[in-house]
Amino acid sequence: MKYKLTKKQKKMLIRIIIAVALLAVIAAVLHFVELPWWVELILYAIPYVIAGYDVLKTAFINLIHGQVFDEKFLMMVATVGAFGTGEYPEASFVMLFYQVGELFQSIAVGRSRKSIAKLMDIRPDSACVLRGGEEIEVSPDEVEIGETIIVKPGEKIPLDGVIIEGTSTVNQAALTGESAPVDKTYSDNVISGTLNLTGVIKVRATSTFGQSTVSKILELVENASDKKAKVENFITKFARYYTPAVVIAALILGIVPPIFLGIGSWEVWKEWLTRACVFLVVSCPCALVVSVPLSFFGGIGGASKDGILIKGAGYMEVLSKIDTVVFDKTGTLTKGVFEVDDVHPNIVSVAELKDIAACCESFSSHPVAQSIVRAHEGHIDKSLIGDVSEIAGKGVKAVVDGKTYYCGNGQLMEMCGAKWHDCHLTGTIIHVAREDNGVVDYLGHIIINDQIKPDSEAAVKGLKNVGVKKLIMLTGDKHSVAESVANKLGLTGFFAELLPADKVAKVEELLSSEKGRLAFVGDGINDAPVLMRADCGIAMGAMGSDAAIESADVVLMDDKPSKIAGAIRIARKTMKIVWENIIFALGVKAVILILGALGIANMWLAVFGDVGVLIIAILNAMRCMRKING
Amino acid sequence: MKKTFELEDLDCANCAMKMQEAILKIPGVKGCEVSFIKQKMTIEADDDEFDKIVKLAVKAIANVEPDCTVLL
Repeated sequence: MKYKLTKKQKKMLIRIIIAVALLAVIAAVLHFVELPWWVELILYAIPYVIAGYDVLKTAFINLIHGQVFDEKFLMMVATVGAFGTGEYPEASFVMLFYQVGELFQSIAVGRSRKSIAKLMDIRPDSACVLRGGEEIEVSPDEVEIGETIIVKPGEKIPLDGVIIEGTSTVNQAALTGESAPVDKTYSDNVISGTLNLTGVIKVRATSTFGQSTVSKILELVENASDKKAKVENFITKFARYYTPAVVIAALILGIVPPIFLGIGSWEVWKEWLTRACVFLVVSCPCALVVSVPLSFFGGIGGASKDGILIKGAGYMEVLSKIDTVVFDKTGTLTKGVFEVDDVHPNIVSVAELKDIAACCESFSSHPVAQSIVRAHEGHIDKSLIGDVSEIAGKGVKAVVDGKTYYCGNGQLMEMCGAKWHDCHLTGTIIHVAREDNGVVDYLGHIIINDQIKPDSEAAVKGLKNVGVKKLIMLTGDKHSVAESVANKLGLTGFFAELLPADKVAKVEELLSSEKGRLAFVGDGINDAPVLMRADCGIAMGAMGSDAAIESADVVLMDDKPSKIAGAIRIARKTMKIVWENIIFALGVKAVILILGALGIANMWLAVFGDVGVLIIAILNAMRCMRKING
Repeated sequence: MKKTFELEDLDCANCAMKMQEAILKIPGVKGCEVSFIKQKMTIEADDDEFDKIVKLAVKAIANVEPDCTVLL
């Protein structure tokens, strides 16, 4: 990726180049010619001032404001100190390297900010709205609800809406991370921020720009870093004490030992003042202060590219420690849609049984009835259906083509006197019986189940692979149904027949019995209290659902539970990088401080401890942005 | 009122932290975040005092890092 230097950075770069050239010439000349010390001092002071005059200026201004712990002020003291103790080249080079480090930091941060911003570049710039028969280009926030917008191929859909004309395929990758395009046609909902690929569509806006999905996501991701992680707070506190502590140590080091070791000897003073300068050079906690938030920001940005929105660095921390995942069943592990699993006919054929059941249920709006109607491939001739009556809690009785049919549960079969039997499969069982001239025949039964999402199995496998120990499902459904789903997926436990309030209680019970962190995964529709109660609430299928976005800590844009393992992996990687940087930066600084106090570390090593560590920490932090494969 | 301002040439993370602390000390400021990574500053304060507080915040920023400018 190309990165354009800002004016300030360009100026700095030129100054550094001039200073480097001058230093090289001076060092070369002094290698061959012996000059008096004051000439040497002046010569080395020239590149020093060229490279660092702004540091000196800021240092003076800060001194006037009483800020003695400012890094620029300390850098000035350290380098002036080095000049004072006769280490002219060191002084010049330290200032030069310091400036190189600052420039690099500025460029690196600028670059990573840009690339994170690019990850989140889903904001539509304009909308083409139809007003009075004319197409007008306006800013998306000028479009009102109910207005018609025209979206051409290759354009971002600016607002949430419904297609009123046209057909197209839409790429939702920017929001969900899923790159397979989705077909959209008349009356389908489209989401702002997604990309229209193939056809011109007319969309009636159903939200204002401020309320649209894209605005909500952007707001969420941009404000994500506000919820600080514990590590960040630790670093902030640490930084507050580190600099003063090192500066005071430098003062003591520069003054106390010479008093005892040889107050009259310039050599002794020089030695200890040099050691004090080493302290001052490594007194800035910059490497930590920059790299920790940068890592989190990168991790959050990278995750958002995958359709995983993490609401703050704090949740990143929690995610990395999760060892129990509690799932809601309906809508999370299962589709929440009933479908016919199997048909077990008696006397009649499979097709006949389906046909009869579909006729009987065709007037009902119950989800189970509708699943039977959906499973019936072909046309239902409603003219053949006569009297239909619903028998509350049991099923329906319908007259079709002159014959009476009973369609419902076991109780209904008892009522009509059919010789029925139960099924060995679990689920909702619909039995069918026929009454013809007083003879009741049992025709068989249909098994209906809420279907497990094809992705759920991968989700469970993935979570086990990342080392999640407990996978528990909560549901209000029957015990037998829950057991069958839990066994099919390989969950470690389940709790069935729970009321919504019981779910909160169960999660609380699990929270108190587990040492690790607990995540609850739901669809955000009626499990907001549980989402909030868990250490980490994960809502999924959030495209267009405000409730989920608001109540959860982590939001999965599509409804794939397999993303959870990915989220945990991203969180762990980010935390690992954060700790690597903390340990590396503190370790190097500690070693340099010790060696410096003993007189082993010189200025050169100290510069590495400041600038070198900073650069390495930034480069490491930038790895957080990279997508995790698989 | 809560408002976000862009910052230009905010070049050191430590300074951002110091700016934030300095602004939080201004009387009337309810909340403040100076983000080095976003190069943005968010200030929360009462409406009637807001303009005055922003001026003080700009001054506080200049105290910490003279190069850094607030894009108003």
